[in-house]
Formats: sequence, C-alpha cells, structure tokens
Amino acid sequence: MADLSVDIGTLHLKNPVMPASGTYGYGPEFDDFYDVSRLGAIVTKACTSKHREGNRYPRMVETPMGMLNSVGLQNKGVDYFISTIYPAVSHYDTHIIVNVSDSTVDGYVEVAGKLEALEKITAIELNISCPNVKEGGMAFGTSCPMAASVTKAVRDVYHKTLIVKLSPNVTNIAEIARAVEAEGADSVSLINTLLGMAIDIEKRSPLLSTITGGLSGPAVKPIALRMVWQVANAVKIPVIGMGGISNASDAIEFLLAGATAVQIGTANFVDPMVCVRVIDGINEYLDRHNCKSVNEIIGALRA
Amino acid sequence: MTKFIHDFKVLQNREVSKGYHVLVLQCLQQLPAIFPGQFAQLLVENSPSTYLRRPISIYDVDPVENTISLLVKVVGSGTAHISALQEGNTLNLVYPLGNSFSLPEGKKVLLVGGGVGIAPMLLLSKFIHSHGKEVSVLIGGRTSADIIEPDQYAKYATVGITTEDGSLGHKGLVTTHSYFDSVGKYSMIYACGPDPMMKAVAGIATRAGIPCEVSLENLMACGIGACLCCIAETTSGNKTTCVDGPVFNVKDLSGWDRSK
Repeated sequence: MADLSVDIGTLHLKNPVMPASGTYGYGPEFDDFYDVSRLGAIVTKACTSKHREGNRYPRMVETPMGMLNSVGLQNKGVDYFISTIYPAVSHYDTHIIVNVSDSTVDGYVEVAGKLEALEKITAIELNISCPNVKEGGMAFGTSCPMAASVTKAVRDVYHKTLIVKLSPNVTNIAEIARAVEAEGADSVSLINTLLGMAIDIEKRSPLLSTITGGLSGPAVKPIALRMVWQVANAVKIPVIGMGGISNASDAIEFLLAGATAVQIGTANFVDPMVCVRVIDGINEYLDRHNCKSVNEIIGALRA
Repeated sequence: MTKFIHDFKVLQNREVSKGYHVLVLQCLQQLPAIFPGQFAQLLVENSPSTYLRRPISIYDVDPVENTISLLVKVVGSGTAHISALQEGNTLNLVYPLGNSFSLPEGKKVLLVGGGVGIAPMLLLSKFIHSHGKEVSVLIGGRTSADIIEPDQYAKYATVGITTEDGSLGHKGLVTTHSYFDSVGKYSMIYACGPDPMMKAVAGIATRAGIPCEVSLENLMACGIGACLCCIAETTSGNKTTCVDGPVFNVKDLSGWDRSK
C-alpha cells in the first residue's frame, strides 16, 4: 500500500481523489454505495449568496461519450447551506470543499466570508467558470483582469485554502491560472465544462432550454489533459485536474501531466462507485510501479 | 430507501411487440423491496456512442424467483443495445430509484398508460388489487403494436384499449374512452405516457375533483439527485424527477393547465 496522501494549500488529503462539484450533491446522495469519508475530499454543489432555481428544463442532453448540461447553479443559498446542509455533512471524516459562485464580486465575497466560520469547511473552490448563468460565472473566468479581481476580493476575506476553478473556454488558460496565482490562489482546478450545443433537427430547435450548455464526460478528456499539462507547467501552486476521468488510468494520466489531485465528475452518474475504484486503482498502479508515494508520479511525464 | 448497485442475469428477453422488449432479470443478490412507480438506471456496456445509464420503469417484480421485469422500447442506440441482450448476459442496475405511486383511499381507481408509459401500471395494478380495490386499466397507443401485453392485467383489473388508428379497441385517444364517461366513480386516477396525454387526463381528473398522480419521464443523468438535470417545475420550486418523483400529484406541478 503506497502513501496516497497529497497536499493542496493547507489541506493534507488522504488521497488525491475527489468528486467534481455539481456531480455529487453534498455527499449523502452516495452514502448507500460506499463510505464517503474514503474520499480525499468532498466538493459540494455550487453555493451562491441567494437561493437560485437554476435554468428551465430541459437541462441536459446526452452527446457522444458525454453530455451537455445547463443546470444553472440551482441551490438554496449560503444561509440554507449553513443552517441545514452543513450539519448533515459535517460528520464526514474528510475535507469538505464548498464550490462558491455568484453573479457579482460582492456575492462571492459574501459567500466566502460566511463559509470561513465553518470549522469543517477547510477550503472553497471559487467557481469562475460556470457556462450556464447569464451573469457572472464564466464571465469572471474568461478574462485575466476579471479573474484576478474576484480572486483578490475573496482572498482578502477568506484565509483558508482557496482553490480557483478555471474555464476552458479561453484562448490561453495558463495566463488565467497565472493571474489567479498572482492574487493569492492556493490552487487551481480545471477544467470546468466546455461550452457546447445540440440541435433537434426535426423540430429545428435547441435541445437545451438555454441553447448552449457545458460539455463533460470522456469526450472532453484529451482537451482537459492538455490544459492541465499546460497549467501545471505555468504555475507553482498545485493543480487539481478534471475532465472526463472515468477510471484509474484516466486519473493517472492527469497526475503524470502534473495534477496533484483529480476530480471525477460525470462518471459518478454512470458508476456511482467510480471514485473509490479510482482510489484503489491508483494504489494498485503505484504498487505495480514500486512507488512508495503518489507524489512520485505527479508531473512524472517523460517527454 | 436504500439504493443498490447489483448485477442481474438476463433470464428472458421477449419482443412483445415490434420495438418493445420485456427483459426478465434475476438478481444475483437478494432483491430489496420495490414499489410501483420506481425505476432502475441501466448500464449500457460496450456502446461506442452512449455514456450515461438509461432510466427504465420497473414493470414487474417476482420476489419468489428473485426477478424483476423491465419493459424497454427501442428509441435510440442505448435502448437498442439493452434490447439486444440475450439470455445469460449480465446487466448492471442502480435501483430501486425514485418515489412511488400512493395507495388510494376509495374503492375504484383508474390507471391510464400510453405506449411505453404503460410500464409502471402492471406492478401498480397488482399492488392496488392486493389492497382490495377495483382497478380499471386503460391502455392507449397509436396502433395495436403499441398495446403491450393487455392480458397481463386480467387477474387484477378490467382492461380498456384505445388506438389512434382503430386497429385495436376503441378508436381515438385514451381520453375518448367510455371509462371517462363516468369518471366520477373513481377515487384516484394514475397516468403515465406522453406529456399531452398525461395533461389531458390530469385536466379531466381535476375538473371532476379526483386526485391524479402522473409519472414523469424527464431526461435524466444521475438518477440519484446529484446533478439536478431532471427537474420538474412544482408549486414549491424545482424538484428532481429522480428522487422527489417520478410520481407527482398533478396539483403540485406548475404549468399543467388543469382548468380547461
């Protein structure tokens, strides 16, 4: 059994595997399948300053080896999170990372400030990359000045580990990563979904209520892997890689490309056990390659 | 209710009508309790173009044989893959998912199924019949090929059939069947099928002051309340079809025009 633990900011994770925000609820949704505390961390559904109903149905469409979604950050707001959800998840014996989003910088600051007081919330993931909301979201993640300003504002009020989740819908993702690193981000996670679209040709109508949505699943993996490799080479802070990971070998590719940890998203819908299978599979790979620690393979790509 | 991930062995795959298959699946572990209206998420293995599981209603349960049956209509490559499974193959299910139909208070009930929407009505007929109620089942389809196994209900219910082309039973939509002439005698109406059909049935029920439950077939990804893709708009906000549904009382659904 190799040492699977990794460090992200001040977090010491027991293993480098966590679910991606928006694909895992808050954790209890998976209690029937395995002990959720086995995860390196839980990453919650996005939390905003106010209650959001999200976008209208239909919000998803399957595409070749993936899916488009336009959920639109449906959640009951940070106060509800603190009063009702937090007490129901704080028993988990692992880190809980809350994904934070909003339409304004003030909104991000409000949510981050309120979450800092929660003992079991050891980090937040700043979502500046949601493609499915009209205001805010991805707009903050697609320009260096905007990404820098929201990161700085949150950094000023939030003193625990700050992860910034990046959008792939940019020309140069490494520049955005450097911009948020310069403002004090402890880590970057990538990629959020790729903006995509699908059409019903008989009705000549879009298949999502919002016309466009975010593409995820194995279809995006090569793009995600390339971006993780580019960012890992551009910043000094740890990178959390995600995008289409469905099994341990996919996860190991991201670690070799330079990710310190990985998130698993859409695959949770297909195999609710995927996160623990990936933990076991990484361990098996490390044993087979005579590695004592997962850190030996992070960024170990031979190019 | 506890959810499980179990492998099932395909005992039987019978094409009951063109494009409709009934799969009889034996669980390799002990089946949990399953209630009418619940569904399973089916893993589609070795399919090059699909990725997600397929939500399919549970058609029947045999606790003695430790089997469940699923009614699958071929609509795309995922369901085509599932329908091509053969005896002895394995199928992985996440189940039982969702809520279930509620038991009626009165004596007589009407169940209405359109096309593949008939799937949850067999188990519901058995369940309600076992509680000493009188069940009428109305099965509608475009043609006789869409009327699936009407004989299965004989022991539990009286059966009415409508087809749009008149090839079997009464010609017309389900709502034109004589069962609706004296609809006031029913204490509850249940419906599953295409949205326009369910809305029409819901309208009749509401005008007659009869409670009505419908089972929605919204597009779904996770099936366990994690992704919030499958939402239905209700009078108390967006609810998931996979956990809060698939069964909803029509009085709770927004945008269902029940007054006309």
